[in-house]
Amino acid sequence: MTDPVRAAVDEAFRTEWGHVVATLIRVTGDWDLAEECAQEAFAKALASWPRDGVPRRPGAWLTTAARNRALDKLRRGAAEETRLRGLALTAADDDEAPEPDDVPDDRLRLMFTCCHPALPLEAQVALTLRTLAGLTTPEIARAFLVPEATMAQRIVRAKRKIRNARIPYRVPPAELLPERTSGVLGVLYLLFNEGYAASAGADLVRQSLTAEAIRLARVVAGLLPAAPEAGGLLALMLFHDARRATRTDDAGDLVTLADQDRTRWDRTLIDEGVRVLDEALALGRPGPYQLQAAIAACHATAARAEDTDWARIARLYELVARLNPSPVVELNRAVAVAMADGPAAGLALVDGLAEGGNLAGYHLLPATRADFLRRLGRDEEAVAAYRAALDLAPTGAERRYLARRIGELDP
Amino acid sequence: MKFLMWVCVDPELVGTAEDKPQDWVAEAGERRLEGHRLRPVSDATTLWPRDGGTFVSDGPFAETKEQIAGYDILECADLAEAIDVAAAHPVARFGAIELRPVWG
Repeated sequence: MTDPVRAAVDEAFRTEWGHVVATLIRVTGDWDLAEECAQEAFAKALASWPRDGVPRRPGAWLTTAARNRALDKLRRGAAEETRLRGLALTAADDDEAPEPDDVPDDRLRLMFTCCHPALPLEAQVALTLRTLAGLTTPEIARAFLVPEATMAQRIVRAKRKIRNARIPYRVPPAELLPERTSGVLGVLYLLFNEGYAASAGADLVRQSLTAEAIRLARVVAGLLPAAPEAGGLLALMLFHDARRATRTDDAGDLVTLADQDRTRWDRTLIDEGVRVLDEALALGRPGPYQLQAAIAACHATAARAEDTDWARIARLYELVARLNPSPVVELNRAVAVAMADGPAAGLALVDGLAEGGNLAGYHLLPATRADFLRRLGRDEEAVAAYRAALDLAPTGAERRYLARRIGELDP
Repeated sequence: MKFLMWVCVDPELVGTAEDKPQDWVAEAGERRLEGHRLRPVSDATTLWPRDGGTFVSDGPFAETKEQIAGYDILECADLAEAIDVAAAHPVARFGAIELRPVWG
């Protein structure tokens, strides 16, 4: 639809929904009422903006409309006098004086409530999407491939627990902030991956998950400037999203990083990512998201695949391994070392890993080994390793790739 | 002596009109100091304070089919009397009651 008023409402929905709901929850303490009134405020906008014009501050207009609606409903409910007083009180000073931007934002409060560790993880994600991003229950259900009724129940239960177990609607105290922030970031990362991993299917709902995750990560990073991992996560998402258009070919098959058309990467997103990451790293408290973002930045800022700074990537993986020791990280480090110092150096690391036995059964271990052996010209050993990988490979695309390699070396 | 009594039930089996423990409360009289129903396990929060931090998670600590639906505190002469009082609890017919003397 090209109607500019309709477009303004859509834009307001994307940017203001979380704000309106968060404010209404603070004022009424009632999650369902808050969502209902926010919905009605947007419906009212659709009816009156074409007639009266788009207001100067759509967010304030919508919040006021939603609050008046809540006032109406509570008045009809009558018994709710204290809440009514609270509403009336805050309604008076609102029209021209929205909350100053430097007070803890209602959306932040809402995010910490949705991502409270006393709620099951699936419920945290669903609730974040629903109350902060305004996704409908059927949309969330479709994105996570569960029946609508299941998702609806998950959301109802989560809201009920927030009420019954008295989960506080507030940003946690300073000493709990770091661990609670990591929960919020974890949910946003999950959201992003859910949308990103599926972008091959070009499903609109899933792509909008990616966009919402980035939008919310921008909000969190903006509201918590002293939390470097928030910036790290935002930067990581931006670098990945910048490459989205080139990740698959016309047939929908994955295109590897080395073969992607770098001229089609989104420079604006990459520049923003670099800026955000630099600010985060300047705080001097590196964490897993910042390090992963720094690795993604090495790829995103290399003009050609062969310009990639593999030595830096290898060093970054070493830091990741120090924070979160894991054999998969070691395997990635081996790949970077092989690119920087040659396949023999990579092979030594991978053989050490194989002896440790931690990755037994993981097809990428023999596949990586095979690749190093091939590059060293040790074809026979490479074929044996490719065969070992083929036995373990989980997907058809990977099996086809491995079989092709075997065919090339052992015709 | 004081006893804590857990009313343990399979949550799927409760919810009938006969569950109402008002009569039992009246009959227990002064031997029952206090007691309450608990919200279902879906509203439970479990925490593990460790190494200066507190790990919080959703759900009950004990992952069993039977769950604690409520508790009462009894003041009885001995275990025999506590068993007499507890056995009459209507909800106990759907599950079990655990009696634990309060340390003292």
